[in-house]
Amino acid sequence: MTSLTLQDIKKSYGNIDIIQGVDLKIEPGELVVFVGPSGCGKSTLLRMIAGLEPISSGELRIGGQRMNERSASERGIAMVFQSYALYPHMTVYKNMSFGLETARMPRAEIDSRVRKAAEILQITQLLDRKPKQLSGGQRQRVAIGRAIVREPSVFLFDEPLSNLDAELRVQTRVEIAKLHADIGATMIYVTHDQVEAMTLADRIVVLRGGRIEQAGTPLEIYNAPANRFVAGFIGSPKMNFLEARVLSSGGDLALDLAGTSVALAGYGGRGLEATASLGVRPEHLRVGSDQGADLGAMTVTHVEQLGGQTIVYGRLSDGQQIVATLDGQQSVQAGQELPLRVDLARCHVFDADGRRVAARAA
Amino acid sequence: MSVTDDMPFRVPIWSRLRRQIAGYGFLSPWLIGFFVLTLGPAMSSLYLSFTDYSLMSQPHWVGSANYAQIASDDPRFRAAMNVTFTYVLLSVPLKLVFALAVAVLLNKGMRGLNWFRAIFYLPSLIGGSVAIAVLWRQVFASDGMINQVLMTLFGYEGPSWIANPSTAIYTLVALAVWQFGSSMIIFLAGLRQIPQDMYEAASIDGASRTRQFFKITLPLLTPVIFFNAVILTIDAFKAFTPAFVISDGSGGPIDSTLFYTLYLYQEAFTNFRFGYASALAWVLVAIIAGFTALSFLSAKYWVHYDD
Ligand SMILES: Nc1ncnc2c1ncn2[C@@H]1O[C@H](COP(=O)(O)OP(=O)(O)OP(=O)(O)O)[C@@H](O)[C@H]1O
Ligand SMILES: [Mg+2]
Repeated sequence: MTSLTLQDIKKSYGNIDIIQGVDLKIEPGELVVFVGPSGCGKSTLLRMIAGLEPISSGELRIGGQRMNERSASERGIAMVFQSYALYPHMTVYKNMSFGLETARMPRAEIDSRVRKAAEILQITQLLDRKPKQLSGGQRQRVAIGRAIVREPSVFLFDEPLSNLDAELRVQTRVEIAKLHADIGATMIYVTHDQVEAMTLADRIVVLRGGRIEQAGTPLEIYNAPANRFVAGFIGSPKMNFLEARVLSSGGDLALDLAGTSVALAGYGGRGLEATASLGVRPEHLRVGSDQGADLGAMTVTHVEQLGGQTIVYGRLSDGQQIVATLDGQQSVQAGQELPLRVDLARCHVFDADGRRVAARAA
Repeated sequence: MSVTDDMPFRVPIWSRLRRQIAGYGFLSPWLIGFFVLTLGPAMSSLYLSFTDYSLMSQPHWVGSANYAQIASDDPRFRAAMNVTFTYVLLSVPLKLVFALAVAVLLNKGMRGLNWFRAIFYLPSLIGGSVAIAVLWRQVFASDGMINQVLMTLFGYEGPSWIANPSTAIYTLVALAVWQFGSSMIIFLAGLRQIPQDMYEAASIDGASRTRQFFKITLPLLTPVIFFNAVILTIDAFKAFTPAFVISDGSGGPIDSTLFYTLYLYQEAFTNFRFGYASALAWVLVAIIAGFTALSFLSAKYWVHYDD
């Protein structure tokens, strides 16, 4: 098991800075997920770790050793590509054995490694096929198999599930989690799917514009997002950001939210200016309950029935949009007025710059 | 199917006919060309190949006599086969290798790629012309450019490469290889088709540039190699202009550049044995067809098709 250290890693193409100084330490055996919107540099960062893209500045260490100048094959990594990048003219077996043959490993050992990996991934019966004779999910397994046989100290995945249908995606996600549990190697996994990130990660690294916005365990990210961006990125439907006027911020924070006043303890003296936004996750909103603080009422504009949950879209009295996720199948119609309540301990306050304002522990 | 189901799809016959006439109308330039200039002459030459036609007299049916003579009793036919096969078997592989090598170099993404591409393609455009063949004759003559270079560099007094029966054919092979441009363009397009991540995966797998070339590039390029090989082979069998110009139509010295087509031409237009020449033409057709068929049969053992 191998640790990874990224120290002020930067990447620029010409004079455009794509990765703007990333510092990250990845513990041995950790599964770290890079998430972020399209174009934020996830793939670029991963490819720099893989050795497919030169590092403009900063230092990359794998297992304590500086790797900047090492070629991809010397870094002890294996990569699973979004496109799978299987060699179309080789059988599944050959695809998996190619790297080992290149390393001049003895035949017998190659064979045993390939067969073992095939067994783990349940593709033994496919070994003689060419990639074009495989389904998307099977190709995905072969791509993972090709990575496994190298017995790398670090696995790199670049959106490995994005070409699979929803069901297969869930299934393969579970298998990758199992694989990680079984072989315990360090893994870096790139995705822009927040569910994948939440379910797989030991630690999530949220990237935006080539910078780390926040790194932490899935629940840390969910419970204590560093800023509006992270708060909005993790969670679905995304967090409501309710614009409120700051009435007083000396002692307890008092907000005026569309005519309803909301008092939050523990935020005193945080230098909040005239406005702040109150972050409330849709799943934390309560309707028809008398627990929690009053948030006013929402006028329902649209309802989505998911069976297990009911998602209600609406507006506050000042026109702000708000979404609430209610448990079970609720009979709610458009036009209806719903009184909203929330446990204020689960709410977040963001200042005008989008930074989260932490409450003092009570 | 019931009548009513069928009805909506039934178009009145006159309107169908009118539409078809319009279609054939647009096709007609090609159709007329094909029937008058290709199929007609081909069929009449097939007929003539079984006669003793000689321009001066009416054709008389001689059965397979022409073919029998070609098969058993024609030393110049054998000379021509020799020359032509030497030419095909040398020029085609050399040209393929050369075109591929240059394409791989150009594909490295150098500056001025478009210029190089145009410059290398130029010989393909003009190489088949009489002017270039004349130029080639000068270059390989005893006082030509090649010998002048050899003289200055090594003090070696070269022969007239073209007048020497043992080297004449190779000057023509060189001329053919020099026209590698169009194959190169096709190779370049083929190289562009190979996804970059294939090479990235291979480099993670530890494959060197050389290994990547032989294990990734070459196999993935086999459809293009196959295409080029077939086209070049057919072209090489049909080569005529360079041999004609370089030897002034004689195929000399001592029949050493007697290309098949040149021999055929001599039989037809020097000796006026149109019947015999027609038979020669059909033998060439059969050889080319045989070669092409063999290529296609071999393809399933070495050509990788992605779908
Ligand atoms: N070769 C290149 N030259 C210039 N810019 C590039 C190059 N490769 C990537 N970029 C830019 O770098 C940025 C980050 O790209 P990257 O592929 O890492 O994004 P990503 O986070 O993986 O996005 P996605 O989720 O869409 O895959 C993008 O703005 C992209 O336009
Ligand atoms: Mg990407």
